[in-house]
Amino acid sequence: MNGALPFIAAAALLALALGFLARRGKDMSLEQWTVGGRGFGAIFVFLLLAGEIYTTFTFLGGSGYAYGKGAPAYYILSYGTLAYVLSYFMLPPIWRYAKEHRLYSQSDFFVRKYDSPTLGVIVAIVDIVALIPYLVLQFKGLGIIVEVAGYGAISSTVAIWTGAIVVAAYVMVSGVHGSAWTAVAKDLLILIVVIFLGMYLPHHYYGGLASMFSAIEQAKPGFTVLPPHGESLWWFSSTVLLTALGFYMWPHSFGSIYTARSARVIRKNAIVLPLYQLILLFVFFVGFAAILQVPGLSGPNIDLALFKLSVKTFDPWFVGVIGATGVLTALVPGSMILMTAATLIANNLYRALDPSADDRRVSLMARLLVPVVALVAVFFTLKGGETIVALLLMGYSLVTQLFPSLVLSLAQRNIATREGAVAGIVAGVATVAVVSLTGANFHKLPWLPPEIQDLNIGIVALILNFIVLIVVSAVTRQAAEPARVAAE
Amino acid sequence: MRNIRWIAIIPFLALIIGPFFVNRVDPLILGLPFLLAWIVVWILITSLIMAVIYAADPANRGNES
Repeated sequence: MNGALPFIAAAALLALALGFLARRGKDMSLEQWTVGGRGFGAIFVFLLLAGEIYTTFTFLGGSGYAYGKGAPAYYILSYGTLAYVLSYFMLPPIWRYAKEHRLYSQSDFFVRKYDSPTLGVIVAIVDIVALIPYLVLQFKGLGIIVEVAGYGAISSTVAIWTGAIVVAAYVMVSGVHGSAWTAVAKDLLILIVVIFLGMYLPHHYYGGLASMFSAIEQAKPGFTVLPPHGESLWWFSSTVLLTALGFYMWPHSFGSIYTARSARVIRKNAIVLPLYQLILLFVFFVGFAAILQVPGLSGPNIDLALFKLSVKTFDPWFVGVIGATGVLTALVPGSMILMTAATLIANNLYRALDPSADDRRVSLMARLLVPVVALVAVFFTLKGGETIVALLLMGYSLVTQLFPSLVLSLAQRNIATREGAVAGIVAGVATVAVVSLTGANFHKLPWLPPEIQDLNIGIVALILNFIVLIVVSAVTRQAAEPARVAAE
Repeated sequence: MRNIRWIAIIPFLALIIGPFFVNRVDPLILGLPFLLAWIVVWILITSLIMAVIYAADPANRGNES
């Protein structure tokens, strides 16, 4: 028993308690369970949308990226900000349409807009393939955090199993209400802990930010600006653009829009979320502070920078508090992903096969699927090797492929047809798959100018997707036109 | 007043095109490398821009539908 463990255990118990309490006073219909009865005010919606910013990926990965790669980490700050600007204009129409038609999932949106159950199944499959690795990432992060912050007293395997059971239990009981309640605890803790770490560590080790960055510049010249090649300016800009477009295409983020009580709630959040995101700056400071204090981490181990530095600096009890925060950053997004994946399978795959199933059956099905999805994710977390890493890198690019047909469908006159949307998404997803699995990139084409070589290859899939969508839509519309005239 | 929403383009220019002109360490601004300071300042301005758009948007006045 060491000083850190009680705090880590308390975090898991707190999540479990809040997760169960969240159910009180609600009859858990599918509408309550998955979209909170469409009654969430600004704060809950804010916390659900902000949940995307502080996952284990940003907590460990954000500091690790700053530690290992320096300036390229800044992209995380930029793309979120631009996604929030887009959200002001893009999300209210989505919310309104979802409310009018009582939609539960992102896939439902496509089914309705394009009047195509087939498209709904395709979108659901793309979503699930992207979500599972994302859940695996949260579990992996959880294992690392508990093992390091608990000074090795709890193995990561035990931590992963415990975390999976806790999160599956409260998601089954409370659905999105559980995510919202636990998000309150998570965001409070992370605010305090991250701001403290980001202010304290640079002062403690360097006497201030300016002297810290000067010391880094001296030791590693050019580390805090973008390099001329590789993750260069061209990489940075193309990645920021691509990820900003893809941000709200994640089905669990898309689904949290549905929980809003009004469109105004969503617009208000577009003002506050960019500011809230600045807390990531403090995560970067921790990573930068670690560069000269715990040197030598490389490869995947750069993600340990935050905890290695914390263990070196603080008493065990405070490492426990940081660990507890880390546990919540894994559980909250994990719960949203779990609920979204279960809803997609029940509502968009199962119901597509058996259209006679009513909401009650689908709701029951979704809840029973929660532990199944959790088990699959635990399996991949413990057994998965390289494949899961490849899948994970694909996730963001995959969901981004939904952007063109989604945005076009918001226009008053949608120029995309059902066939065009299907063809575009399939073309984009296939490109992403081929590129990810073969490890292709522009650097393999040495005749290209170096600027183009550095571009994020995801751009290619998106452009291809768009071209196929436009061409197929034009062709199918032309073919449909005479038929429609005849019918009139 | 409806046209004021076009100022939403400015953050895109600042954060996607802007870095090409400010990719340097010095001068440090409030201790931050210049590029990082540029991004942080533009995030603050972006929030302000969204507040202006919100205030000017007739959809946010009166009773919510």
